[in-house]
Amino acid sequence: MAVDREALIRDLVRQFADVPGGLLPLLHAVQEALGYVPPEVIPELADGMGLSRAEVHGVIGFYHDFHVSPGGETTIHLCRAEACQAMGSRALEAHVKARLGIDYGETTADGKYRLEPVYCLGNCSCAPSVRIDDDVHAGVSPDTFDRLVEV
Amino acid sequence: MAVTVYVPSDTTACALGADEVAVEITAQARVRGIDIELVRNGSRGAFWLEPLVEVETHEGRQAFGSVTPDDVAGMFDAGFPGSCRHSTALGPVDEVTWLSRQERLTFERAGVIDPLSLDDYRAQGGYRGLERALTMSGQDIVDEIKQSGLRGRGGAAFPTGIKWQTVLDTPADEKFICCNADEGDSGTFADRLLMEADPFQLIEGMTIAGLAVGAGQGYIYLRSEYPRALRVLESTLATAREEGFLGRDIRGSGQSFDIEVRLGAGAYICGEETSMLESLEGKRGLVRFKPPLPAIEGLFGQPTVVNNVLTLGAVSTILARGAKYYEDFGTGRSRGTLTVQLAGNVRRGGLVELPFGASLREVLEDFGGGTANGRPPRAIMVGGPLGAYLPASLWDTPLDYEAMAEAGGMLGHGGVVVFDDTVDMADQARFAMEFCAVESCGKCTPCRVGSVRGMELIDKIKDNEARQSNLGLLDELCETMIDGSLCAMGGLTPIPVRSAIEHFPEDFGIADER
Repeated sequence: MAVDREALIRDLVRQFADVPGGLLPLLHAVQEALGYVPPEVIPELADGMGLSRAEVHGVIGFYHDFHVSPGGETTIHLCRAEACQAMGSRALEAHVKARLGIDYGETTADGKYRLEPVYCLGNCSCAPSVRIDDDVHAGVSPDTFDRLVEV
Repeated sequence: MAVTVYVPSDTTACALGADEVAVEITAQARVRGIDIELVRNGSRGAFWLEPLVEVETHEGRQAFGSVTPDDVAGMFDAGFPGSCRHSTALGPVDEVTWLSRQERLTFERAGVIDPLSLDDYRAQGGYRGLERALTMSGQDIVDEIKQSGLRGRGGAAFPTGIKWQTVLDTPADEKFICCNADEGDSGTFADRLLMEADPFQLIEGMTIAGLAVGAGQGYIYLRSEYPRALRVLESTLATAREEGFLGRDIRGSGQSFDIEVRLGAGAYICGEETSMLESLEGKRGLVRFKPPLPAIEGLFGQPTVVNNVLTLGAVSTILARGAKYYEDFGTGRSRGTLTVQLAGNVRRGGLVELPFGASLREVLEDFGGGTANGRPPRAIMVGGPLGAYLPASLWDTPLDYEAMAEAGGMLGHGGVVVFDDTVDMADQARFAMEFCAVESCGKCTPCRVGSVRGMELIDKIKDNEARQSNLGLLDELCETMIDGSLCAMGGLTPIPVRSAIEHFPEDFGIADER
């Protein structure tokens, strides 16, 4: 497993080393493959991209999408922005947190779900919106949320 | 002969069940031995009618609105895809007044064509702008854009032709075209719709921009919240390359241009153009000082055109039909069409493309049809999270750049979010500060720290803790954020805050004192 990961990281670094501004695509690729960016691989990413570890850390920390710890099997993005607020997302937010028993940035104890806030999914005519992995759901009420997500 | 049935594939249609409807239509047709050709078109943006199924007939396309998978068997029982009486039937799609009352230029093909089909695009007038541009000099293309009066549709409304002229006039070995597809404003989805429903138009517009200023490489900086748009763009960019519309020697012209999609990583600030350039360079999205302008020192220090998706989309129309045609739409210094996005608590939400100049109220009444839940509307946010909350007394403001600015707001990217009478405007003002605190890049202290202090102040005002003096302090803080922030994030966050206080003082407990 560890060897596989090393080989994977080496391949990805090679793939993006000469891409102008390649660190973001590299981090996306690492996260796509591993589900997160393990802190142990940061030195290798930094070396390969000709950057300092601090620079790579800085980029990971800046963007909401990148995580340095494993998340849940499924990521739930709850839209917190205005169009969804106008359709009751504040109540939905309270329901979802209570239902999953977690706050934003946390993962359920069984490792199934990570909950993240998102500021707009571009589905603003049919709010409130929730993204479950890559699928966006429209007009989500507490009831429909319970049907979508089994706890 | 197979009957063509269209089921939209865009994010909102699918969020409302279009994929399941498509599966059910295919299954029912098979069971009944009916020969259909299912096409996944984009959406026309009439989201209140999605999933909007259409059938091709000799009398034009027939529409079926808000179709659920459970409706499908009944539709077939009633004669679908042939002549059919069913509760979902809307008649000819061209006679749906919500659509026919619009003036579609940029979104003319949206929902009409299969977004992945280059043949569909070309059959509906696509790539005529590029064909014309290939016969013109860079300066002639720039002049055409200047003459059209096109201004940036991302929010800042800077004249596009002038920006392009600067890039054209700046000597460099390498220049770039960057499409800002980091559509982060709540209440907006026009960029997403264009990319998912008519992506070749954006690709064409970027290619024309490349020819105009002498750039060889383009980037689409796409927000990661749009996974469907990513799939559509990757597919259509590959097609454009295969068919010689991108890459070396475009259509035998000897000119080269290519485009790569780069994914953002969930940072609202990267919609600010200099932050976006930092991000494209693989860095933290810290806002840059201006000058130097990106047009002179942009991506990797090279002259760079940074334009919004809709701006570049409009370029294709302008080159295909001429500057005069485009300029003839609109009012004052706002030329062409505006894409209003009706969102939030609205009955008939979606994308409305109109010449500039209609009032907010006209759009709400003619298209919006009141709130979704039937309660009275109270506040409308125009122009995203950095735009103003407008009360009913200001809804007659025309939707153009200058008039909205006079009303103390901004048109921004055209997002219109309706709130009903249950909204607490102090909560909305607090959220504006909270959003700024979450999304600030951190470079300027008034934005990074001021937003947090702003939240605290609004909490105190809500709790009636030294209300008068805290209101005064909040106003001073807003002034400091405006004066001391490099970009619109810190500089415009005071707009929603102040508009909420000014127009809805009762929500801050200050009505009586006025």
